[in-house]
Amino acid sequence: MTATTTAPGSADTAAVRRAISSTSRPPRPGPLSAALTFGWRGMLKVKHVPEQLLDVTVTPVMFLLMFTYLFGGAIAGSTSAYLDYTLPGLLVMSVLFTTVYSGVSLNTDLTKGVVDRFRTLPIWRPAPLVGSLLGDSVRYVIAGTVIIVVGVALGYRPDGGVVGAVSALGLVVAFSFGLSWVFCVLGLLLRSPNAVMNAGFMAIFPLTFLSNVFVDPATLPGPLEAFVDVNPISVLATASRSLMAGAPDGEAIVISLAVAAGLAAVFLPLTTRLYRSR
Amino acid sequence: MTAQTELAIDASGLGKSFGETRAVAGVDLAVPAGAIYGVLGPNGAGKTTTIRMLATLIPPDAGSARVLGHDVVAEAATVRELVSLTGQLASVDEELTGRENLRLLGRLLGCSRAAAKARADELLDAFDIAEAAGRLVKHYSGGMRRRLDIAASIVVTPRLMFLDEPTTGLDPRSRNQVWEIARALVAEGTTILLCTQYLEEADQLADGIAVIDRGRVIAEGTPADLKASVGTGSLYVRLLDPARRAEAAQLLERTVGPVVLEPEPAALSATGADAERAATAVAELHRAGFPLVHFSLQQPSLDEVFLALTGHAAEETSPSTDDLQEHLS
Ligand SMILES: Nc1ncnc2c1ncn2[C@@H]1O[C@H](COP(=O)(O)OP(=O)(O)OP(=O)(O)O)[C@@H](O)[C@H]1O
Ligand SMILES: [Mg+2]
Repeated sequence: MTATTTAPGSADTAAVRRAISSTSRPPRPGPLSAALTFGWRGMLKVKHVPEQLLDVTVTPVMFLLMFTYLFGGAIAGSTSAYLDYTLPGLLVMSVLFTTVYSGVSLNTDLTKGVVDRFRTLPIWRPAPLVGSLLGDSVRYVIAGTVIIVVGVALGYRPDGGVVGAVSALGLVVAFSFGLSWVFCVLGLLLRSPNAVMNAGFMAIFPLTFLSNVFVDPATLPGPLEAFVDVNPISVLATASRSLMAGAPDGEAIVISLAVAAGLAAVFLPLTTRLYRSR
Repeated sequence: MTAQTELAIDASGLGKSFGETRAVAGVDLAVPAGAIYGVLGPNGAGKTTTIRMLATLIPPDAGSARVLGHDVVAEAATVRELVSLTGQLASVDEELTGRENLRLLGRLLGCSRAAAKARADELLDAFDIAEAAGRLVKHYSGGMRRRLDIAASIVVTPRLMFLDEPTTGLDPRSRNQVWEIARALVAEGTTILLCTQYLEEADQLADGIAVIDRGRVIAEGTPADLKASVGTGSLYVRLLDPARRAEAAQLLERTVGPVVLEPEPAALSATGADAERAATAVAELHRAGFPLVHFSLQQPSLDEVFLALTGHAAEETSPSTDDLQEHLS
């Protein structure tokens, strides 16, 4: 009881001081390097919680099984004929659904203090957004690949072969890149991740079903057919089908890419503006 | 101009509203470089909003501020190169490990892959988080998370650091660690703007303090000035025998000042105590044969500071703090 001791909890002050004094400021990173670093952050999260990929893989597979075996015979006469028709469309659907999660995860991120730190860093301002979409594009590829693989397991054999399937996947992922900025805007405007999810699916669900993903529009009543024909999701599904079939439909491909570029041109600046002011 | 560059923060008339709420209503701050400056205020006083404006996170809607000589609006990018923020919400990524957090920041600040990794390891060691480095931050204890948060702020040592309530919710041991880190930072030349609800924290760390309430600075000075303006603290005593409380109260009233009987049957406290008078009083109690269980000299709480400065109580109570504490048995 007589010896004097230092209060507990004394950090190793010498080491702390050494660590503090031992830095020099490196040059600011370039925009691409900063964005790629944020992409790496997204990858790390998938690595720590791989279950989060279930969302984006299980639902599309369920749709695939359900539509093929439940409605396939009724719609196209046989399940294998229907699989031929619908698989390229299901590819579109599963990847587009995944884009909604980009908005949801952005919204989740915003509720965390770490965003404040990112915003006080001397980096290219849209880097966190561009980077997380780069990370998300890996999910898009996974979602698309799962659908194609399950389709092949069920007997789907695209005439375009591997090249056709890969290019269709590439096109759909490129389109998703443009579309995901729309959900980023939702992610920045709405209050909770759930609200983003609901609003996102409220938009994407009807658009997907009112497209040629599941049914040939020729069988639809006039006004509906007209809508389905101009729906960009139909155009994308047509383009995907044509690539899978090994007979690329140039017009549909160009329109799909143009729509993606248009969405990005409008919503990317809007996203960065909102991100800055939030 | 020279006088201005001596100041790490020079804000005048800074204001910010959220809808109808005037969160910050004209704050003037002159923070000298190379020291810790405390901003003391209750919940909702506008501390965090002030920090967010100074750290370029939100633009002020009135007034202006220069940080290290650069305007926070016009030269925001330059300001960001000089400051770092340890926010009130932990500003680290909960879904990554501690090491990944530090490497991520190193990369974002422009370090090479190898340099970022080396720096992360150095900081993890210095801040005593090496053994948890590979765990996800969401599983960290509060103290570890805070240390990681501060480490993340000095991946590249900033000229000015914002610390927003760095010890709220920490146990005394973790709190002491954070205080030591803050002192080490200042010793190495960083200026710190510290927001806190605790007078004791400001007293321990800050060289100057601004008290803010409802978005305005209501008092400014050194910790000693501030405490002098409030008056003295109080001596808290717990007796072994509750039956003798009235007797002890008489003695304390004579040696210290007005006595308040505490809710516990054997406890009482005398207001108007400084360390000298408290020591005398305790010695007299002892001499008069009162067995004591516990006594402490309590600093004026933030509540009392507020009451003294504004004439109204702080909206939310903050715990009073013990300066000198002894256990007798
Ligand atoms: N983004 C916001 N939107 C609306 N109101 C806000 C926002 N941020 C702060 N406020 C309001 O501004 C006022 C000041 O808040 P601020 O967070 O700056 O206080 P504080 O002093 O940091 O409090 P605390 O000790 O609780 O952290 C509060 O009334 C708060 O509700
Ligand atoms: Mg606050």
